[in-house]
Amino acid sequence: MDEEIRAVLAEHAKLPVGISAIGDEDDLFQAGMTSHASVNVMLALEDAFDVEFPEHMLRKSTFESVVAIRAALEELTSARAG
Amino acid sequence: MGVDVGTTPLAHRASKIGRDVAGPASDDVDRLARFPFEAVAALRGERMLSALVPAELGGQGATLGETAQAVTALGRYCASTAMVYAMHLMQLACLVRHGRSENLRTYLRQLTEDQLLLASATTEVGVGGDVRTSICAVERLDGRFRLRKEAPVISYGEETDAVLATARRDPDSPPSDQVLVLCRAPGLELEPVGDWNTLGFRGTCSLGFVLTAEGSEDEILDDPFGDISTETMLPVSHVLWGSVWLGIAAAAVSRAKRYVQGEARKRPGTTPPAAIRLAELATTHQQMAELVSGAINRYESIAHDPQALSALGFAVHMNNVKVATSRLVVDIVGAAMVICGMAGYREDSPYSMGRLLRDAHGAALMVNNDRILANNSQLLLVSREEDE
Repeated sequence: MDEEIRAVLAEHAKLPVGISAIGDEDDLFQAGMTSHASVNVMLALEDAFDVEFPEHMLRKSTFESVVAIRAALEELTSARAG
Repeated sequence: MGVDVGTTPLAHRASKIGRDVAGPASDDVDRLARFPFEAVAALRGERMLSALVPAELGGQGATLGETAQAVTALGRYCASTAMVYAMHLMQLACLVRHGRSENLRTYLRQLTEDQLLLASATTEVGVGGDVRTSICAVERLDGRFRLRKEAPVISYGEETDAVLATARRDPDSPPSDQVLVLCRAPGLELEPVGDWNTLGFRGTCSLGFVLTAEGSEDEILDDPFGDISTETMLPVSHVLWGSVWLGIAAAAVSRAKRYVQGEARKRPGTTPPAAIRLAELATTHQQMAELVSGAINRYESIAHDPQALSALGFAVHMNNVKVATSRLVVDIVGAAMVICGMAGYREDSPYSMGRLLRDAHGAALMVNNDRILANNSQLLLVSREEDE
C-alpha cells in the first residue's frame, strides 16, 4: 500500500524534494504540499484505491503524512471487506 | 422592523463612537483618503482594541459575535473605521488563539494596557495574491529573528503599532511552509511604497511597504500559518468583513426607509410608489444579516475543535459567506439608491448613497471573489454529503 501511496504523492503532491526523501511520518504540508495539491492527492488516492473519503475524513490531518494516509485507507478498505 | 444590530455593551459603545465621532468625520476621511484618527482614538478610549483578549490577560474576553456586532455598528457610520477595527480584530484573534509563548502572552497584556493597534502583512510582491505562499523567509540566529518582506499592501501601516507578517519558516523551507511573525517596535521598520487613492474604503490607507523587522524568536507564533489560516484567520476575517458590509447595508436601508416614510407623511392614505421596493429591500437585508449571524454561530459552535474547523466543508461554507455577503451589499446599496431617487444620487442630501456605493464595491475585490470561488470549485471536487 505504501508504494502506491508514494506513487500518488510523487505525481500529485508537487513537493520540492523527491518523494524518497520523505519519511513515513514526515509532515507533507511542512514539506511543501499546498492545500491545492492536497485536493489532487485526495482525488488520485480515491481513484487508485477505489475508495471515497467520507466527510469526516476530509480534513488536513488525514493527508498530513504517509502514515496518516495509510491509516485512513486501511479504515476504508477494511470497512469494505467487513 | 429593522435588523437588530445588537444590544451588547460593546455594540452600544461602538454605536456611540459611530454617532459622535466616526460619522461626523467620515466625509473628511473619505475626501482626503486619510486615516480615521479620531475614531480610532475613541476606540482606544473605550478600551475596545483589547476586546478579544481574555480576561486573565486583562482584556474583555468578548466573543467573536460581540465584536462582529460592534463592527457592524461602526460600519453604519464610517466603513473605513469599521474596516480598520475589523482588521485589527482579525490579527488579534490569531494572536490570542495561536500565540502561546510567554513573550506573546506578555505582549497581549501590553496591547491591552496601551491599546495597541495591529495590522497585517500576508500578501507579498511576487506571489500573485496567494496568501498561502511566501517568498521571504525568517532568518534565525541566537534566539533572535530577522525578516524583510515586500508587502504590496499593509492597511494603515503608517499608523499601526505592530504587524503580523507571514514568511517561510526558514530560508530552506518550501513556499507553503509558512509561519506568522509578530513584528513590533523597536525592531520594526516600515518604508512606504506608492500611495492610496481608491474608489472606496479610502480611510484604510492601504499602502505598500517594505517591512524589515527583528525581534525575539519566540515572537514567531507557535502554530504553522496553514493552521492559523484555517482555524482562525479565514473564518474570523469572513465574519468580520461581512459585518462591516452589513453596517454599510444597514446605513443604506435606513436612508431608504426614512426617505419612503417622508414621502408617506406628505400624502397620508397613499402608499408611496417606492414602498414596495423598500419591502423588497428588507428581505435582501435580512438575508444578508442572517448569513452573517449564521456564520458567527457556526464558527462559535466549533471554535473549540481544531479538527472540525479544518474540515473542507466548513471552509466552503465560510467562503460562501464572503462571496454572498459581498454581492448582497452592492445589491442593497444600489436598490436603496433607486428608492431614494435623485435624493440618493445627490452628494449633498441626507439620503446620499455615493460613499456607501463606493465602499460596497470594495467588498468583492478585497480577497477577490474569483479567487475564493476558484478555491471552492476545487474543494467541491471532493465534497461529500454530511456524515450521518
